[in-house]
Amino acid sequence: MLLLRDAIHFSWSALTANFTRTFLMLLAMSIGVGSVIILTALGEGARNYVTAEFSSLGTNLIIVIPGRSETSGGAPATMMGVTERDLTLDDAIALTRHPKVSRIAPFNIGAAEISWQGRKRETTIQGSTHELLMLRKWKMAQGQFLPEADISRANSVCVIGKNIRNEIFGAHAALGQWVRIGDRRYRIIGILGSEGQSMGFDVKDAVIIPVASAQSLFNVPSLFRIFIEVKTREALPKVMTFIKDTIRERHQGVEDVTVITQDAVLKTFDRILSALTYTVGGIAAISLVVAGILIMNVMLVSVSQRTSEIGLLKSLGASARAILNLILIEAVLLSSLGALTGLIIGHIGSWVIRYAFPVLPAYPPAWATLASIFVALITGILFSLLPAKKAAQLDPVVALASH
Amino acid sequence: MIKLENIHRNFQVGDQTVHALDDINLDIQDGEYLSVMGPSGSGKSTLLNLLGLLDPPSSGQYFLNNTNITDLDENQLAKTRNQNIGFVFQTFHLIPRLTAAENIELPLVLAGIEEKIRKERVYDALSSMKLLDRAPHKPEQLSGGQRQRVAIARATITEPTILLADEPTGNLDQKSGLNVIETLEQLNRRGITLIVVTHDAALGSRSTRSIRMLDGRIESDDAQGKS
Repeated sequence: MLLLRDAIHFSWSALTANFTRTFLMLLAMSIGVGSVIILTALGEGARNYVTAEFSSLGTNLIIVIPGRSETSGGAPATMMGVTERDLTLDDAIALTRHPKVSRIAPFNIGAAEISWQGRKRETTIQGSTHELLMLRKWKMAQGQFLPEADISRANSVCVIGKNIRNEIFGAHAALGQWVRIGDRRYRIIGILGSEGQSMGFDVKDAVIIPVASAQSLFNVPSLFRIFIEVKTREALPKVMTFIKDTIRERHQGVEDVTVITQDAVLKTFDRILSALTYTVGGIAAISLVVAGILIMNVMLVSVSQRTSEIGLLKSLGASARAILNLILIEAVLLSSLGALTGLIIGHIGSWVIRYAFPVLPAYPPAWATLASIFVALITGILFSLLPAKKAAQLDPVVALASH
Repeated sequence: MIKLENIHRNFQVGDQTVHALDDINLDIQDGEYLSVMGPSGSGKSTLLNLLGLLDPPSSGQYFLNNTNITDLDENQLAKTRNQNIGFVFQTFHLIPRLTAAENIELPLVLAGIEEKIRKERVYDALSSMKLLDRAPHKPEQLSGGQRQRVAIARATITEPTILLADEPTGNLDQKSGLNVIETLEQLNRRGITLIVVTHDAALGSRSTRSIRMLDGRIESDDAQGKS
């Protein structure tokens, strides 16, 4: 029986003897594998990007939103966040009583004009507390964040982002200056060092004042959100129940808030983007099947071109099984070489994407690499079965006569 | 030893049945030198393919070294071909991408023989065919006579008992044709059974036994008594 090493050597010589044919098949196979890897890298990159954005908000985070997201009978008074009962600062204070709550940051938001010595800018004003800094994992460039004071005290201090500082103060020192926000005056006590997006706001454009100050500035008693950081992941469900119970108790038995976890939001995005990755990977895998069909066609042509060679091998004592194996080994060599080339193309392509878009961590997932190699090998072998069978079943007398 | 008993080989061409071999009975002893002659379509090539186990009989018995080959399966037939039968073709049938040495080595590769042993035997074959300096050349770099000697070396590398040659000089000029014939006859003198199919009367007359075929039948079978 033909030794495997000799069979590989013989098949390899058949491949290298016809360079154009081999090159075209390799090209088709490697484009297929390469596109699976690049497209899944893109999908995975998008998923990681979104996940990282959300994780920057902090882990084990619970968000309390006024109003219910599901209808529970009665008048739909909860549309657009308009509730019968406001989510108040007292509610927030009440929620700090749970031992597993590590940080709590009531949050308010509104648009106002910030001005200093005639320079003006319309911007979003965020009202919160000392805790927000740690919760968002921000860093200070200068000065300090909002003071650790009584939540309900409306201090006239503010913290600004880099852009606001540069645009309003330019070359002047900003720290310690009094700026006008709306119709009130605030002293700048800190400048944020962080960059990037957070909850859809650019950190560099942030202006943050104490939550009680924001309430009086915008004249709204209600809060926009309450962010609650829980000590451990395991405590999340307990704290959520505690929040709902507490709010219900305080709101005359009506549970008129929506409590969501960072985790839930993250999981939803993760699911959507994973599905997207699988989809584009699957679409790219179609090109692998196309490559397989190409391999079948070229192999069929190759077998009919080598009819007399196959006849000769039979006359020299090659069994049908041996001929079948020789053609299949050729297919395996071709597919693995194509998969390898595709792997290189795919990884270079992913690198180019990462280089061009540094925010997108486009690393191809391991499963895509393995699956594409596997699919390439399987299609290569499956689509070569027919030509190999054809070759094995050739009548040696007829085959020898053809030239 | 070859023994054919009531061998028929029929081909279906359209709705007509062609009797390529029609009730052939033939005994060939070990070491015989046999030529098969006859016009085109007389069945001589079919006989050769049948003797070489490439074509099965439609009916009848074929005993090769006392084995009834009609009982063998495809795998066993291939093995028997590899070990007992060598083919020499009119068109040489060398694989163009392989060197002379690699072409000669092929039957040993198919038999799964270790590389070290293969190399030794290929070296011996090359030297006895006076082809040592041609070993690394591709067939296209060889003359017709050299190509046929490579083919003969390949046919005899497994030391078969039967050598089947189908018009071995058909594509050669007279000088290299004679050289090839002398090479084959030398092998026969060392004991191999040589069966040559040819149109060439001069070539046919060199053998010790000559068979004439017509319409699938053996018309005459005469030992010329030269042995």
